[in-house]
Amino acid sequence: MRHFKTDTTGNSVGFANTVRYTLVSLLLLLYPLTAFAHKRGGEAIGFASGFEHPISGLDHILAMVAVGLWGAQLGAPAIWVLPVVFPMVMALGGMMGLMGIKLPGIELCIALSAVALGFAVCTEARPKLWVAGMIVGFFAIAHGHAHGTELPMGANGVLYSIGFVIATGLLHATGIGIGLIHRWSAGRITLRLAGAVVAMGGVFFLWKVFSGDAA
Amino acid sequence: MRERRSRFWLLCAIMLSVVPSAQAHLMNTGFGPFYDGLTHLFVTPEDLLPVIALALLAGLRGPRFGRSVLFVLPVAWLVGSTAGIWIAPQLTLPGLEIILTIGLGALLAADRPLPFAFVVSLAILLGLFHGILNGAELAKGPSSGQMVAVGVMVGLFVLVSLLAGQAASVRLPWMRVAVRVAGSWIVAIGLLMLGWSMRVPA
Repeated sequence: MRHFKTDTTGNSVGFANTVRYTLVSLLLLLYPLTAFAHKRGGEAIGFASGFEHPISGLDHILAMVAVGLWGAQLGAPAIWVLPVVFPMVMALGGMMGLMGIKLPGIELCIALSAVALGFAVCTEARPKLWVAGMIVGFFAIAHGHAHGTELPMGANGVLYSIGFVIATGLLHATGIGIGLIHRWSAGRITLRLAGAVVAMGGVFFLWKVFSGDAA
Repeated sequence: MRERRSRFWLLCAIMLSVVPSAQAHLMNTGFGPFYDGLTHLFVTPEDLLPVIALALLAGLRGPRFGRSVLFVLPVAWLVGSTAGIWIAPQLTLPGLEIILTIGLGALLAADRPLPFAFVVSLAILLGLFHGILNGAELAKGPSSGQMVAVGVMVGLFVLVSLLAGQAASVRLPWMRVAVRVAGSWIVAIGLLMLGWSMRVPA
């Protein structure tokens, strides 16, 4: 026989939780699933799988957060120009990948992007805005192309694309949010350290590319 | 100016004559055709994205632009739907609605001054084009197509009034930037949609 814990008033806490979980489970069973009629075996079936894709690889996460960090370091207008440039150019790269246009050295570029962007954050590099935009755009093509070629066949490209772009934008926003600590001297040092961590991550991915372990 | 206008209407005529086969399936709420139409926009991202872009664009350009799009877009959409129901076109021109979405997103992201007539023309173009697509789909359905189209029109009116109103009231610089970022996201989504439409099977 199962015994439930009791709280100070003598009520059974465990029983209450069981009832709660059962109710939630029943409500979930009532949830209409007709919209998800397609088999969910990793296919691009909609918003959730699109949202999941950019945050499923550490190399992508590092680079995208670094874009936000660098933008925050550079201040206006780079703080919003770089995160605006990245998704648009990345989508262009994704489009090329989807269309089957081959680009050489994509994995190398992705690893280099973490090294370069991490280095830029670490050294607080301040190039002209167009140069920063070109650097970010160049690496965005590589990231987008990799995503485009990796995308599995799916049912709803529109919802997938929406999820994908929103997740990418939120990663940049995360970088910008963290980068706002730049206004304090301790924050500036922390950001530079974060840049060093991103660059080291890039070196690790670079090593994986050269050793043939890259996914 | 007159030459430009003639070119625009000529372009409209060409686009309307080569309307793609309808892709957007209209949903069934169980509350009747009007409510099916009312909710259609909110569950159809292909239609929703360009409307968001245009509403925000009109709002950013000022209340006069917003007010005009608020009335022009739903009416053009209704006219397009009616035409679509009667014509039910079968010809295809894939990618045009996506290009329209990308263009509107790019204009929003650029946030540059635009002539009033141009923005209103965009509203007419978008309304007619997507309306015809909706109408062609409605013609295949069992329910009252006209009532669904009226529902879509009301939904559009509500959506445009909310978005354009918000965008027109933007005063803080960072909020304007946020609206422009939304435009860049719409461009990115449009580019990916274009990629999907031209996808090479693995």
